[in-house]
Amino acid sequence: MTSSFSTGFSRRGAALLAVLLAALVAAPWMVNDYLLTVLVLILYFAYTGQAWNVMMGFAGQLSLGHALYVGLSSYVAAMMFTRLGVGPWLGLLAAIPLAAACGAIIGYLAFRFRVAGVYFAILTIAFAEFARIGFDNWGFVNASSGLFLPVKQYAHNDLWQLRGSPTMFYYVILAATVLVFVLCHFLIHRRIGYFWLAIREDEEAARAAGIDTFRYKMYAVMVSAAVTSFAGVFYAFFYNNLFPEQVFSISRSIEIILGPIIGGIGTLFGPILGAFVLTGLAETLNAVMSAFGVELPGARQVFYGVCLLLVVVALPDGVWPPLARRLGVAERKR
Amino acid sequence: MTALLSLDRVSKRFRGLVAVDNVSFAVPAGAIFAVIGPNGAGKTTLFNMIAGAMAPDGGTIIFAGKPIGGLPADAVCRRGLARTFQIVRPFPALSVEDNVTIGALLHRHDVGAARQRAQELLRRLDLFDKRERLASTLTLPDRKRLEVARALATGPQLLLLDEVMAGLRPTETDRMVAILRDLNRDSGLTILLIEHVMRAVMALASRVLVLDHGVAIAEGAPDAIVRDPAVVQSYLGAEAV
Repeated sequence: MTSSFSTGFSRRGAALLAVLLAALVAAPWMVNDYLLTVLVLILYFAYTGQAWNVMMGFAGQLSLGHALYVGLSSYVAAMMFTRLGVGPWLGLLAAIPLAAACGAIIGYLAFRFRVAGVYFAILTIAFAEFARIGFDNWGFVNASSGLFLPVKQYAHNDLWQLRGSPTMFYYVILAATVLVFVLCHFLIHRRIGYFWLAIREDEEAARAAGIDTFRYKMYAVMVSAAVTSFAGVFYAFFYNNLFPEQVFSISRSIEIILGPIIGGIGTLFGPILGAFVLTGLAETLNAVMSAFGVELPGARQVFYGVCLLLVVVALPDGVWPPLARRLGVAERKR
Repeated sequence: MTALLSLDRVSKRFRGLVAVDNVSFAVPAGAIFAVIGPNGAGKTTLFNMIAGAMAPDGGTIIFAGKPIGGLPADAVCRRGLARTFQIVRPFPALSVEDNVTIGALLHRHDVGAARQRAQELLRRLDLFDKRERLASTLTLPDRKRLEVARALATGPQLLLLDEVMAGLRPTETDRMVAILRDLNRDSGLTILLIEHVMRAVMALASRVLVLDHGVAIAEGAPDAIVRDPAVVQSYLGAEAV
């Protein structure tokens, strides 16, 4: 209905959201440490997927290099922490403008010189690869030996320094996922969101409707990069080690986009659902395989491939839109 | 009357081909002005230059007292000159109402106000009952009306219509003619249309320009134009008279 579209969610959708949120808030009391770590991973991908979705799902600009923003931000925060003793939240304040500026440079080059579609996607890969190779050879950041954050047993959770138990990290990423959901919901129902959708649908028609498409595409890249930035900081402090080969790797970029593709590009629930489906199933696969004592390197990637294949063939709009219709909580198609 | 839009010796070449050759004309404020001509006469090229989709190679285009030749399409639209596309280009995966709301957001920041304006226009264009449908599911006549509604939503002083009647049945053409005439009468909207459907041109236009091979061969009132020997020869054919 129009009313639910302009004012928010249908009553049913809101109820579903409340139940989901309550379950997620209560989760640490109900699951063991391993499952909690899996949930952290799921929410991490829900968060980054949502950030990527701003660019692709809303504004129609395909980025295959989001690992760049994750990697840069994780390095900024980790360097500030290990070398200067500056905490992650201040690190985040430095990482956000840096990531946004990187997005702006890529966006400017692409949009000014009319690099679009797959060529734009290749450009985003190129920048991420450039960063990977650069960091791998940059002595100042320990090059390929990587950066390590000091790990010790913490008696209590220090939220300010992001040092503590998995439960603390879980709540941090849960809060971030909720915030980015709210932000995306806000943006897509505002003027900027409508202009993004217009650009995604038909850029020339959008221009003919008076939309300065260059400007709004720049906004999309910068918002997406800035939001992704937090994921990088979180990554550094959760895993406590950083290697250029890992954080900037193209497979990281691909992992970020699989969730929203499987869940439903351009929807608000798609990235969340996709992260649950994909990471949840992949971890189940892992657990089952290790229970049977099977070790198959690369099984996860094959599994991702199969999931993607099934969704592309059977549910080209992703899992969420048909599911939402069945639940009676369909977001308006956008 | 003062001219809202005036072109002075506007030209466009594609390599060797001169698509538009030194064309000059003026559209008075409040007029309905038609550009006709056979296929390949340069009508759409002319139209694209006015709408900012192409830059002219020579000549000046003045809109509301300011030159607009070479401005990008979005800047032209923000100045108050909105277009439709010959091959319709709705935002396919969005609802009819959202399509028009996007147009209305150009000069409004509040989505609610834009939506309200969109609904008014959808009523005018007989699309209100279909406002929640996806644009991709509309029939061609409905899509043509949707294009007009979206263009109108940007609040133009001048509406540029590129073959908006093509593919419509006679009754649908008459309805579109009535809608456009009402818009022109009620709000003083100036309309520049490129049209093949003479039925619509005769019913609507107060003035007609005829293009042939990029050259303006005649300009005048519609009933004088259809009797012009050069026009009959190049375009209408003897039987049309």
